[in-house]
Parts: sequence; C-alpha cells; structure tokens
Amino acid sequence: MDYTEQTKQKGHNLVKGVLITISVLFVGIMLILPMVSVVTNALSKGFSFYVHSLTTEYVVSALVITLLATLVAVVVNTFFGIMASWALTRFSFKGKHVLATLIDIPFSISPVIAGLSYIMTFGRMGWAAPVINWINATFHTDLQIVFALPGVLLATIFVTFPFISREIIPVLNSEGCDEEEAAALMGAGGFTIFRKITFPKMKWALIYGMILCAARALGEFGAVSALSKTRGKTFTLPLEIDALYLSGDSDSIVSAFSVSSILVILAIVVLVLRNIFEYREKKSSNESR
Amino acid sequence: MYVELKDINKKYGDFYASKDVNLSIEKGKLVALLGPSGSGKTTILRMIAGLENPTSGSIFIDGKRVDGLAPSERGIGFMFQSYALFRYMTVFDNIAFGLRVKKVPEDQIRSRVKELLKLTNLEGIENRYPNQISGGQRQRVAFARAIAPNPSLLLLDEPFAAVDAKVRQDLRSWLRDMIYRLGITSIFVTHDQDEAVEVADQIVVVNRGRVEQTGTPSDIYGGPQTAFVAEFVGQSLPINDFYKLRGYEEQKNLYKGAIVRPEFVEVFRADNPTFKELVPVADRATVEKISFRGDHLELLVDVKGIKLTVSRALERRPVSVGDQMLAVVYRLYAFDHEDIVLLNNANLRDYEAIA
Amino acid sequence: MRSIASRNGKIKVKRSDRVIPGFGLSLGITIVMLSVLILIPLASVLLYSFQLSPDKFVTLITNRAVLFAFGTSISCAFIAALINCIFGTVLAWVLVRYDFPGKRILDGVVELPFCLPTAVAGITLSKLYSDTGWMGRIFSRIGVKISYTHIGLTIALIFIGIPFVVRAIQPVLENLDPQLEEAAYALGANPRITFFKIILSELRPALLTGFALAFARGIGEYGSVIYISGNSAKDHTQVISYVIMQKLNYMDYASATAIALVLLIISFSILFLINVIQIRQSKRTNYL
Repeated sequence: MDYTEQTKQKGHNLVKGVLITISVLFVGIMLILPMVSVVTNALSKGFSFYVHSLTTEYVVSALVITLLATLVAVVVNTFFGIMASWALTRFSFKGKHVLATLIDIPFSISPVIAGLSYIMTFGRMGWAAPVINWINATFHTDLQIVFALPGVLLATIFVTFPFISREIIPVLNSEGCDEEEAAALMGAGGFTIFRKITFPKMKWALIYGMILCAARALGEFGAVSALSKTRGKTFTLPLEIDALYLSGDSDSIVSAFSVSSILVILAIVVLVLRNIFEYREKKSSNESR
Repeated sequence: MYVELKDINKKYGDFYASKDVNLSIEKGKLVALLGPSGSGKTTILRMIAGLENPTSGSIFIDGKRVDGLAPSERGIGFMFQSYALFRYMTVFDNIAFGLRVKKVPEDQIRSRVKELLKLTNLEGIENRYPNQISGGQRQRVAFARAIAPNPSLLLLDEPFAAVDAKVRQDLRSWLRDMIYRLGITSIFVTHDQDEAVEVADQIVVVNRGRVEQTGTPSDIYGGPQTAFVAEFVGQSLPINDFYKLRGYEEQKNLYKGAIVRPEFVEVFRADNPTFKELVPVADRATVEKISFRGDHLELLVDVKGIKLTVSRALERRPVSVGDQMLAVVYRLYAFDHEDIVLLNNANLRDYEAIA
Repeated sequence: MRSIASRNGKIKVKRSDRVIPGFGLSLGITIVMLSVLILIPLASVLLYSFQLSPDKFVTLITNRAVLFAFGTSISCAFIAALINCIFGTVLAWVLVRYDFPGKRILDGVVELPFCLPTAVAGITLSKLYSDTGWMGRIFSRIGVKISYTHIGLTIALIFIGIPFVVRAIQPVLENLDPQLEEAAYALGANPRITFFKIILSELRPALLTGFALAFARGIGEYGSVIYISGNSAKDHTQVISYVIMQKLNYMDYASATAIALVLLIISFSILFLINVIQIRQSKRTNYL
C-alpha cells in the first residue's frame, strides 16, 4: 500500500467511525433512552407497587379488550390480505393500481379520522344509525357500535387494514404466477393451488405481516380513543395508560408507566420475532432463486 | 389435421398479438414456432394451451373445438419457459401433481412416476427439491411433469432458454429423441433458427402476429416466400442498392431491395488463375475486416459502397485487410413488398469462368 | 370440419384469459371488505362535510385555533421529516455499508417506533423531556424548554418518522450497483463527489418517498404527540388531530368533519405524490 492509499484508508476509517457514532448516538438517545425511561419510571415506586398497578380491575379489563381487538384484527386482516393479494397478484384487470392504492389508505390518514369516520357512519349523526335502530327494534337486540366494543374492534381493524396484504403482495409479485398457471393447466382447483403452491411461497411474509398487524393493533390509540369512552369496559391498554397519565397524581403516573412497560416488552418481543421472520423470509426467497 | 387454428386474431387493446393466423399440424409431428422476440409466437402457443383466449377464430385439437374449454380439459401438456417447477414440492411430487389432481389411485401414480423417472434418467433425485438440482435436470423434470398425464399434445415454450449453452446442445437431441420415442405431437416456441432447424420436422415462421411461412426446415431455408423469412433465416444481409452489383443491373426498377447470404458470394484473390477472365463480370472488392469463425473465415468486404459478408474456407489462400479482390455474387433474394424471388447472376450463363 | 365447427359452435365460450381460478371470489371479497371497512366510513365524512354550506365550511376552517393547529402540524412534521432524511440516510448507509458489532441490534431497534404503541411513546417522551426528566433537566440548565413546546412536538415526530425514511432508503442502497461507484472512482471522482453526485441522485426517489411517508404520518399523528405538545391554543402547540378529537368530545361534528376533510385532502395528495414517485422510479429502472 503506498502513501496515498494509506491516507485514503485512514480517511475512510475516520468517516466510518464518525457515521457509526452518529447512528449509535441517534438511536441511543432517540429510541432506546425513552424505553429505558419507561422501565425506570415504572419501577420508581418499588416492585410491589409495580405488580399492584398491573393487577387493578381496570388494567385487567383493558388487557382483555386489547387482546380481543388484536385477535379480531389479525384474523380479519389475514383473510383480507390473502384475498386481496390473490386478486391483485394473480390477475391483471382494469383499476388494479387504483385498488392497490385504496387499500393503502389507512397508512396515510390520521387514526383520529378513522375514529371520526365510524362515528359519522354509525353514531347518532351517522346515516347508518337508523339501520342499527331498526335491527335493534326488530330483533330485540342491543347492538351498539360507537362507544361500544364493536367500535373498538372496527377501529382496530381500520388502522391495521393494509398491514398483511402489504407484506404478501410484493412477495407474490416477485415470485410470478407461472407455477399457479402450470397447476391450473393440469386441472388443479383454486383451493389446491392456494394450499400447495401459493401458500408455501407467502408463508413467511404472511406470518411477518401478522406480527406487524398484531403490534399495531395492540398499541392503537387515536382511532380507538375516539370510539371508546367507558373506562373498565371498552378501554384498551393504551387508553388506560392515557387515563392514568392524565389523572395527574404521581401514583397514577407511575402506574401509567407500569402498564406501558408491558407494551414495551411486547414491542421488543415483536421486534425480535420480526427480525427472525424477516430473516427466514429472505432466506426462503433466496433459496428459491 | 390434428391441431388446427382457423382465422385466429388476438387483440390487446388496439394491438394485434395475432392476426389472421391459420395453422394446421399433422399428428405425430414436431413443430417449431420460430420468430423474433415479440413476434407473437408465444401468444399462439398459449392460445392453443388455453392460457389465453383468441379474440376471434377457432382452435381444434383432434377434431374437437377447444377454444372456450379450460386448459385442463384440452388434453395438453405444457412446458413453461421458466419450467415453473413447484419449488415447495419434491421432484417426485412435481411429476405426480397432474395425476394427483386427476385423482388417479396412488399406486398407479407411483408406478407412472417411477416409469417417467427412469425414462428421463432422473432416478435417485426424486426426493430433491427443484433448487437442489441442475438446470438440465430441471428441464427433464418439467418434461416428465408435462407428459405424466399422457397428454395428446405437448406444448413447449422456449424449452432451452433457461439452460446454459453447453447443456443446450445435449438437451436438444435428448428432447427430440424423447418426443419421437413417445410419438407425441409437439409444438415448441423458439427464437433460435438453429434450434428450429435442428429439432423440428416442420417450422412455422411467425412475424408481427402473422404466420409468414410454414414448411420443412429445408423449404424454409431454401425457398423463403417472404422478405422477412429470407432475412430472418440463415445469415442474411439486407441491401438496398443491389443493382450496382454486376449481373443485376437490369433488375434495378423491378425490386425494392435484396438479401444476400454469405454463401451466395465468393471472392477471388488477384493472383487467382481465372482473375483475368473474371474482371469483366466481377466487382472490385476491398477487404475491410476478417473474423475467425472456427471452421471458416468471415470477411467483410466493400463492393461499390455495399458491405457484404463472405465466408471463406480456411484452406484457401490467405487474405488480409486492405486486399483488393474480386467479388462475384452468384445469386440473391430480391423482394418487392410482398414478392420475393431468387435471382441468379445474369452473367452466369454467359461466362464460363464463374459458372 | 365444418360440421364439427357448427356442432360445437353452441358451446358457451367464456372469453376470459384467466386460467387461475378464484378471480371473481377474491376480487369480490376484497372490494366488499375494503368498501365496508374503509371506503364507506370515509365517504360518510365526505358526505357530512358536503352538507355544510361553503360559508360555514370556510368559517369553521379559518378559525384561528384551527389555522394555527394546521400550521403547527404541517411545519413540525415537515421539519421532523427533513431531520429524519439526514439521520435516516446516515443510518441506512451505516447499516448497509459497514460491519460492526451490534449492527443487527441497531437494525432491529430502528423499527421500534413501528412496534411501540404511540401512547407509550408519547408519555415517555413527555416525561423524558420535561423539566424533571433526564433530557429535560440538561436542556433546562441552558434555558431550553422542550416538553410542551414545538421542539418537543418535533422530537416526538422524529421518533415516529425515522423508520419510514431508513426503510425506504435501505433496499435501494443495498441494490445499488457497486460498479456505479467504481466507475465514478475510476473516472477520478473522490468519495465525497461520488456520494453527493452519484449515490445521492440514485437515492433521491427513495428519499422522497421516505420523506413523504414520514411527513404524512407526522401531520396526522396523535398518540405520540399529545402529551409532549402543550395542547395550548394560546401557545399554538395544538396539533390538528388533537383539535379534531377535541371537537369530537364537544360533539361539534361540523367542525370535526370540516377539519378532517382538509386533512384527508392533504393526506391523499401526499399518497398520490408517493405513487407518482414510485411509478416513475419503477419506469426508470425498467428502462435501464
């Protein structure tokens, strides 16, 4: 290595060092420090207080609602994701790009608008309110959507709607549909083609999408907040955290951090799973090439 | 006729992928659809398979009208260009797929797949996955999978495109032998004329969605009926001002242009014993480039501003760039819009020297 | 042959190029679910806001508090997205080009804002940057207040937006043809010129997409910003989604929908922009 090469190498190493330091500092201060802060705040009144604040009636109820909403959102959106990706990647038709864009809408609009739109549809002002009243009158039911459990579920589905289709569609697109055509040509039916050929291709992307969907569903706040007003009944964990934090006294604030710490742990679990599945997905698509 | 296409048109918007295609194929023949990329040859194949439907016209297989029938009801085997092997199934399961879908009893499937594995020389790898076998093996698996349900017609889309040049040569003769042994009517698509000439009994030349010419390889090569075929088949060079060449002056206003193949031209060195006699009938040519082509030389010569490619046997006396030589064009294909004729050099009958 | 043709002429010919089954079913379900869950509810917002007279609409929208909230949301989201473009490029570069211990962890942590509930992010950031928090204490010593100001708001939006930018750039950087850089070096360009002239121009569409995504998310963000922003109309620290929520709580549906409509238009414009960028990008790479 001659002199100029050496100085170049030195300069290169310097740049590398500086850039890595910037990155680590940025991630450390902006992303990791807040997590650490959640945990230390949560434990600031001792471990028994921590356990106590996690076992109140409100928190348990919120946990149940949160898990239920997450489950429903994952199931509904998985079904939707499979249908949408099948339609959008196996066929070409007019308006395909428009449809794909419409599916992505929930990504780019404020969750508060999601909540608002359900209120304007099913709420007292909404055009669907007479329909609901009619159903209730005819079938002697007490169906309520807004400010009740169905509203919470709908809001959660709304904000996580594209998560799964969005993960599957690129995978299926890049794999092409020769294999499906070959199978159809040999007389295989739709379900057989899906089960034997398409599903194995998108398996990892699907799981990955389900994890993302679950993560977002667990933490949805804005949309649910517009549609859920009863603490202990229709509150999810983020709403419970909000209620605790805003009540202002120092015990409640610590409790808010305690509840948050569960969600932080879940977020970290999701991150780890996500990395594992992303790795698997990459590996499987590399292998098939 | 075993396979028949009648007045087939295929439109994508305003674009005709196929236009007035009529085609008849005899039973047991191995037919090549030959054309440049984008010529619509694959569209024809896919329409026969039922992967695409014609905008108008009808398709018959074995006397039965099949357009409108699902691909699986047409009794065809299809080999995809990419092979489309099911990557999450073993070689065995790939070959068995078509039979399983048809609900053939499992013991029959087993014996049929065994038989095919033996036929295609794939024994021992039946439990591997497509990504664990070589390109040549993949092609054989795709072939075995396509013929497993005993189709009456085998369709192959660029069957050799996905293997590298070295394996291709072996696979060509393998595939041809295999198809003859099975006696199955087959149609394959290719853009490679050597492949078509070597493998097929019959060639269908396709250009811009139309069938240009149908015939045996020697018909196509020796008697092109359109300018496109003359230019596409063989190593052909289109020239416009062919009438400048000696022996063709009288044809000036009769044809629009001409196509010359290297084997139609010969060049003579100045020290050739017949040189003097040649002078009145031949054109002066300057050697501009010499390329070694393995078993012969290829010269690029300039004749009155026309560039011609000439092949020259290695054992003839050497030439070098810049040499002044004499060139005689024995014949050429002259064309005018639709018509194409083989013109012989007018001086040929008058001069013994070059006869 | 003729007799066969006429005999079979009655076959019902399905003129469809779809060999793979399930088109009608899957498309039908997709459209129904999309309509019921997303499009019809959103249309209700539009429907309601169209019932407002233009005068009323303008009055509601040009309310001082509303205008300031729009200004706050847009300007803070814009600044946060810009800052994210800088740090996002550095992060993506470091993650793609260098090897160092802990790289995979760093790569994973970048996604944290996607996985962490916004409310959790909101309260922890608010606490961290308040006068008694770890970061807030440091800054208050030099007289800078962060929580309950525009600075805090911007920090929360940086937190939310960083993964959008990193994840938009990373794949492009990974697929960048190394020959491009080598060619630039071979032609005598130094690393700095190579980066700014060659690599950055290759990254531009991805950078724009990342910027637009982070910006769009930032404008409508609710959970992570409402604790750290002061939510004071007087100090102009209300964000627009907070205002919508406030109107909803007061059952002022007219204002809520009017503001939501404007916000929707902004979001859709950004969505449209992203699509244009991506279509252009794919065209460009296809032609290469």
